[in-house]
Amino acid sequence: MANTTDTGVSVTDETTSDITVEAPTAAAPEAAPASTPVDPADLVFDVSDLSVYYGDFRAVRDVNMTVERNQITALIGPSGCGKSTVLRSFNRMNDLIPTARVTGDLIYRGVDLYDPRVDPVEVRRRIGMVFQKPNPFPKSIYDNVAYGPRIAGQKKGLDEVVESSLRKAALWDEVKDRLGDSAIGLSGGQQQRLSIARAIATQPEVLLMDEPCSALDPIATARIEELMAEIKSEYTILIVTHNMQQAARVSDRTAFFSVELDEHNDRRTGLLVEYTDTAKLFSNPDDERTENYITGRFG
Amino acid sequence: MALSTIGGNGRTTARVDAEIYRQGRDLKGRGFQYLLLSALFLASLFLITLLIQVLTDGWPVLSERFVDFFTGTLRSRSSDDALGIGQGLAGTFWIAIFVIALSFPIGIAAAVYLEEYASENFITSVIDVAIRNLAGVPSVVYGLLGLALFVATRDGNSTLFAGGVTLAILVLPIVVITAAEAIRAVPSSLREGAYGVGATQWDVIRTQILPYAAPGILTGTLLSLARAIGEAAPLILVGAITDRLAPRGDGLLSLDQIFDRFTAMPIVIVGWVQESGRDQGFGPAAGAAIVVLLVFVILMNSIAVTLRNRFEKKRG
Amino acid sequence: MSDITVPTRSSGTTLSLDALSGPAARARKEGAIKAVFFLAATVSIIVSAAIVWSLVREAWVFITEVEWANTWGQNGWFPRQGLYDMPTLLVASLIVTVISMLVAGPIGLGSAIYLSEYASRRTRSILKPVLEVLAGVPSVVLGFFALFFLSPQIVERISRSGWLIIGAVILTGYVAMMVIWVRRTLQREASTSAAQMFTRIIVLTLFVLVGLVMVWWILRTAGSGDAGAANFFQVKRSGQLAAASIGVGILTIPLVASISEDALASVPRELREASAGLGARKVTTTTQIVLPAAVSGIVAAFIIGVSRVIGETMVVFMAGGAADAARFTDSPFEGGLTMTAGMASLATGTDNVVGEGLTFQSLYFVGFVLFLITLTLNVIGARFVRNVREKY
Ligand SMILES: Nc1ncnc2c1ncn2[C@@H]1O[C@H](COP(=O)(O)OP(=O)(O)OP(=O)(O)O)[C@@H](O)[C@H]1O
Ligand SMILES: [Mg+2]
Repeated sequence: MANTTDTGVSVTDETTSDITVEAPTAAAPEAAPASTPVDPADLVFDVSDLSVYYGDFRAVRDVNMTVERNQITALIGPSGCGKSTVLRSFNRMNDLIPTARVTGDLIYRGVDLYDPRVDPVEVRRRIGMVFQKPNPFPKSIYDNVAYGPRIAGQKKGLDEVVESSLRKAALWDEVKDRLGDSAIGLSGGQQQRLSIARAIATQPEVLLMDEPCSALDPIATARIEELMAEIKSEYTILIVTHNMQQAARVSDRTAFFSVELDEHNDRRTGLLVEYTDTAKLFSNPDDERTENYITGRFG
Repeated sequence: MALSTIGGNGRTTARVDAEIYRQGRDLKGRGFQYLLLSALFLASLFLITLLIQVLTDGWPVLSERFVDFFTGTLRSRSSDDALGIGQGLAGTFWIAIFVIALSFPIGIAAAVYLEEYASENFITSVIDVAIRNLAGVPSVVYGLLGLALFVATRDGNSTLFAGGVTLAILVLPIVVITAAEAIRAVPSSLREGAYGVGATQWDVIRTQILPYAAPGILTGTLLSLARAIGEAAPLILVGAITDRLAPRGDGLLSLDQIFDRFTAMPIVIVGWVQESGRDQGFGPAAGAAIVVLLVFVILMNSIAVTLRNRFEKKRG
Repeated sequence: MSDITVPTRSSGTTLSLDALSGPAARARKEGAIKAVFFLAATVSIIVSAAIVWSLVREAWVFITEVEWANTWGQNGWFPRQGLYDMPTLLVASLIVTVISMLVAGPIGLGSAIYLSEYASRRTRSILKPVLEVLAGVPSVVLGFFALFFLSPQIVERISRSGWLIIGAVILTGYVAMMVIWVRRTLQREASTSAAQMFTRIIVLTLFVLVGLVMVWWILRTAGSGDAGAANFFQVKRSGQLAAASIGVGILTIPLVASISEDALASVPRELREASAGLGARKVTTTTQIVLPAAVSGIVAAFIIGVSRVIGETMVVFMAGGAADAARFTDSPFEGGLTMTAGMASLATGTDNVVGEGLTFQSLYFVGFVLFLITLTLNVIGARFVRNVREKY
């Protein structure tokens, strides 16, 4: 997939240089190519030194990355390296896990998301989430989509919101005659698109998707991928995926996470190894571990 | 074991066949199984005998004077035409109201707090221990509590209010424990889905947790209501009337009776069983009252159990 | 800094903190709701404290003011005369506990094993409701049943020889248990440390002592009673402890069964399959693998069952064969008052509980003793239940 913004080279891109420094096995820091100079106004997320703990256990450490608007960012890496953990910290879903704790800075459009004055509810209304397993509510299709707007206090114009959200999620034609039916009766792929419709009904600015296609067959997966390309102009999307082809197909930039074994306590801590334009990461990665992973030498 | 000795020897093969097809009688196994079955058989036998005994004793009374029996009052002679369970029904009705109005909301709210809000801290663990232990406190002890709280010296103010509140307290832990169990069974994907689109905690509880857990909670509340209706010991302690209670002129729904002396269905039964030593006719009357009580209690329990089984099956 | 009030999508500009802090009213509402739920949860603490407080307050008055000579070695429980003989109540409670657990234990456990290991889906759907209905039967109903059926039809028909036979059966079971235990421990290890040897000797001695006490009690009670009566025993028309005990036992069957069944259900299927895969028969798998694995939960079922039995009031009150006072007895064929029945009988009647001196307080003293006993049993039982959970 051609990257439309793949033009300039920036040596001042902090993100890339951070990663290079941090990767112990990598060669000496070299000039990071293929990175766009970021207009601060386009910056949606600016993450620095983010670590996430579950109790005493540090699940991920030292994540540094920036996300620009209207881009699709893919997070890839072996199982257990903390992709979901990082993604969930982007809209404070980790707050729901009593032991989870976040350190470092996670700046969303100039505001520190973990500032004590920030209300996670407000964050989640702007940064929606689609989960790995489709999780329709045991309600009607209509009520599923209208759920977000309703709890946000919207009473009028729900019909329009439901229709436009279902249209954007490419589900409208399939369900328009049975909006009152239970959402549980939909197929897995339909349920997942319904989850997407439910997420965009609250008019979020960012969509976080955690392996949205892992429970779907190839056809349903293709539909979701198309859908992402279509709605990209309106949303900033972060997607976790185990499917490297998918990452290569849909994303503009890709972050590769890996795990590192701590000999002291035998726990595995995840870390961000490389974060760059998708085209570059898959064709010419800087880090040996990335290379090993994308060529299938490391699982 | 036998397999190792197979070697063209026809006798051994036959034995293996026998072993496999269980032709060689597994006497010990059979015996054990029948022993176990006889346990269940005995339990069923007890239940059936009990039902037959109650029905044969109570049926004549019910069939002879069905309506009178429901409206009648506590009397000193079993042959009295006005003998009946009217006052008992009224008391039990109001006790049920107390349980519904106090135990259900408080119990469900406590369960929601424990499952959805409570973080792991000292107070939470104290609440947890308190509920668990309260569930095992004998019912008479609740009677002592009611006596101390509401009646003190029993100088005539043992009221329906005292009985109702005591039983509401008695079943509270049952409501909490069953409701908490139902809430725990709510899949976390529903919670996450709702939080993910910006629901507040109360939104999640209101729109996801409570609706999903409703059948389980309902089961628990029905079971606890059935328990409260059949419970006698605490009422005896707080001074429910077992012998004679002046009939009230006003109806079942009159609020005045809440602060008056009272009786209840199980207490009527106890009273009549005691009177039967003096006046044999009270035995059948007690049987008839039991039939009425059992119909209510078993009905509630069956609805509760069916409801639970239905939803357990549906949700796998 | 441009504050975005309408969340315009894709606006790349920066936000103000206020935009993400949410309306204050919503935070207040959420806080208030949480506070209400918290208050509801604290009711349980308040109730617990109130129970302990009310018990201790009056029991303390009793403890400090009672003539202790009147609480021990008197010939009965006559609270209205100021005689509060505790052994009368305790021994009656013990008799009821033993007999009703002899009913509820084997029947409850047997039912649980059958339902969990043998019953097909269909048999289960027929038999399980029996226990569920039984669990819902109020205790006053069992009181009625014990008085009008169990007492005349069963207990009064047990003759002296009948009682001796029952005693012999129970003793045989007891001795069999002892033999199995001895064989198990001998098989397990040949060499044992002195400490192990010591505990084993103590356990064995206890086993034998309890057995001897049982023999003595059965012989003694078989000889008690009135030779002139229709049957050998002095039978009170108004019931006796044995009838009440059987009634309490029936009431407790579902409880024992359901805790045991939970314990059996928590034994992993792989264990059963492994055993069956080695060619073991079902009975062997059940007795050698499943039951030992679930033993903690089964012990819990018995302990919690005992706690329930001790706290059961109405059956003994109605069918136990004693009015508001009772003479000391250690025979199940006579009338008696357990702790619970003693309390209930004190509280019934038209007149005040406040009779002689400390009568009211004695109620709370007995209640306090009962509370401590059941609390201890429940705590121990819960520990055993937790053992099962942690194991698998
Ligand atoms: N709620 C939790 N409590 C404790 N540890 C957790 C929790 N959730 C995740 N972890 C741990 O954090 C680490 C990262 O988990 P995470 O789910 O983020 O990995 P992942 O990269 O998403 O893996 P996968 O590809 O399998 O989804 C793992 O070691 C995991 O065991
Ligand atoms: Mg994941």
